Amino acid sequence: MKKTFKFENLDCAHCAMKIEKAICAVDGVSEAKVNFFAQKITVEAADERFDEVMRQVQKAAKRVERDIEILN
Amino acid sequence: MSGKQKKLLVRIIAAALISVAAQTLLRGEALGQILIAAAYLLVGLEVLCSAAGNILRGQIFDEKFLMSIATVGAFAIGEYMEAVAVMLFYQLGELFQSIAVGKSRKSIASLMDIRADYAVVLRDGKEQKLSPEEVEVGETLIVRVGEKVPLDGVVTEGRTTVNASALTGESLPESKEEGDKIVSGAVNLSGVVKVRVSGRYEESTVAKILELVENSAEKKAHAENFITRFARLYTPCVVAGALLLCLVPPLLFAQPWNEWINRALVFLVVSCPCALVVSVPMSFFGAIGGASRKGILIKGASYLEILAKTDTVVFDKTGTITKGSFKVNAIHPSNISEDTLLDIAATAETYSNHPVAESLIATHKGHIERSRIHTVSEISGMGIKAIVDSETYYVGNGALMEKIGAVWHECRLPGTVIHIANNKEYLGHITISDEVKDCAREAILRLKALGITKTVMLTGDIKKTAEVVGREVGVDEICSELLPAQKVEVVEELLSQGRKTVFVGDGINDAPVLARADVGIAMGALGSDAAIESADIVLMDDELLKIAEAIKISRKTMRIVKENIWFALLVKALILALGALGAANMWIAVFGDVGVMVIAILNAMRVMIK
Repeated sequence: MKKTFKFENLDCAHCAMKIEKAICAVDGVSEAKVNFFAQKITVEAADERFDEVMRQVQKAAKRVERDIEILN
Repeated sequence: MSGKQKKLLVRIIAAALISVAAQTLLRGEALGQILIAAAYLLVGLEVLCSAAGNILRGQIFDEKFLMSIATVGAFAIGEYMEAVAVMLFYQLGELFQSIAVGKSRKSIASLMDIRADYAVVLRDGKEQKLSPEEVEVGETLIVRVGEKVPLDGVVTEGRTTVNASALTGESLPESKEEGDKIVSGAVNLSGVVKVRVSGRYEESTVAKILELVENSAEKKAHAENFITRFARLYTPCVVAGALLLCLVPPLLFAQPWNEWINRALVFLVVSCPCALVVSVPMSFFGAIGGASRKGILIKGASYLEILAKTDTVVFDKTGTITKGSFKVNAIHPSNISEDTLLDIAATAETYSNHPVAESLIATHKGHIERSRIHTVSEISGMGIKAIVDSETYYVGNGALMEKIGAVWHECRLPGTVIHIANNKEYLGHITISDEVKDCAREAILRLKALGITKTVMLTGDIKKTAEVVGREVGVDEICSELLPAQKVEVVEELLSQGRKTVFVGDGINDAPVLARADVGIAMGALGSDAAIESADIVLMDDELLKIAEAIKISRKTMRIVKENIWFALLVKALILALGALGAANMWIAVFGDVGVMVIAILNAMRVMIK
């Protein structure tokens, strides 16, 4: 399943690149894209684990940039 | 400014005031130094904490870490004021940068503000406000004046005019009434209409445009990949340089530590390639967003890059250079009036649904009295014989005229010629041809003005027709009587000559050619999914002038990207050199970091200014 989420409170494009790298490394994520300009994050992961993976994705993103808020 | 930015600004101002006051009033005193240290923490504690946090998570080489080392290092060598100043300057730059990035991001995002926030749906006789995603096919929407059409559909009640300029760049309003298709993203200008939804949101025009533009970031240009690779090397190299600089001269040549640590700190401050990492993707994304507002959808930054280098543009003829609809362009009667000749031809052809017959009937405009027609019989491959008002007319090609023994002559004009005779008496002929688009000639001229060295027109049509059209619009080369596969061969031939080739077609039956060219441009995407799928660049309407426009946008973007790359690299190289020689202070170094970044961002924003 591939889902797109909006995010807030990220104002550095450089960090977006780092977050993309961090999210891609999360176990269970098959593909992830962070689009800084559209302020959107796209995550692809297996259906049955999606919610769990998303929680890890949230954590990974926050680890890079504490203020980022991924909206549902 | 966001709350976070405001707080930072307050801290910067406070720290600046405290440190300047301490420096001027309490110079050299212990209290003064404590105050300066306090000012440093006020403005820089956040940076220090986040740097420490990053190290714990295994992320070194981040700019905050480098800035922390640089300023703590300055403290260590007794340059208190320098440490505060660098931190102040850095935070001020960060603030500027976040405001600039935020502003530009918002203006890029506003270019793509084509989606309706809600849809008003009639459910169980009641109006409900829903998100467009929640509406099903077949439901009825109510679209009021000033609202954006939320989903694609067909007007079932009411009449209005809509403006689709956000999709096509064409600001002329279109009128819509019962039975007309209406696209999502268009703004309703004059009347309330009911619309039957013809597709879910995911399949709507708006959703497709947004997806295409947002995903364009994935097809990275060479310039972007270069920056990514460069960034990966640059920071470690500069940090290594800084280490060498602060260790080697003092240890091996007994140089003073202070001096060389200071020089190394300059290195650390300029070690972030941020100006490039931010401004280059921003230029591409801004350009793609800006182009989409003009009805030019570019599927990736890589296509912008190739388009900027294009020297050859190949056009398909029918539907691209011409309108793809046939029209009467000359009536040449012998001994009777034009109107009479057209009337005879149109009446005889009334029952036919061939495009040629349709164009005759469309040109006739007046009422055709069908009761005048007695019988119509087809003469295969030649035309028809019709008995109208008890006169026998023959309408068809030259062979038909030969067959009935009429004295006829060829037309000097190209196109399809319809000859008309009354029994054996030749009445004249009507020439029908596809119309060249009004702007075609202008479009070719503009391409030439942009330095496109070769324009080619491809067609399956016969040579005579092709040459007239080609000469009228002014293309350099005409290839006629081509089968679809041969069109691919022509493009391959151009590619093998090393030409950067763009192919422009309607995307319906030329998908292989679109795919083969360096850049495939499909026209008339509004309402044609095939075009969106097969091309690299999609024009929402079929305005040929947009090709030159797209090339202009691509060249401007590439110029700005190059300016930024060179500017940032040269400034950094210069500062590194000066730093190593001991001629650059921290102030210059901080300018080299955040100053260059802000300038590069402002320059990148120019892609959106016409």
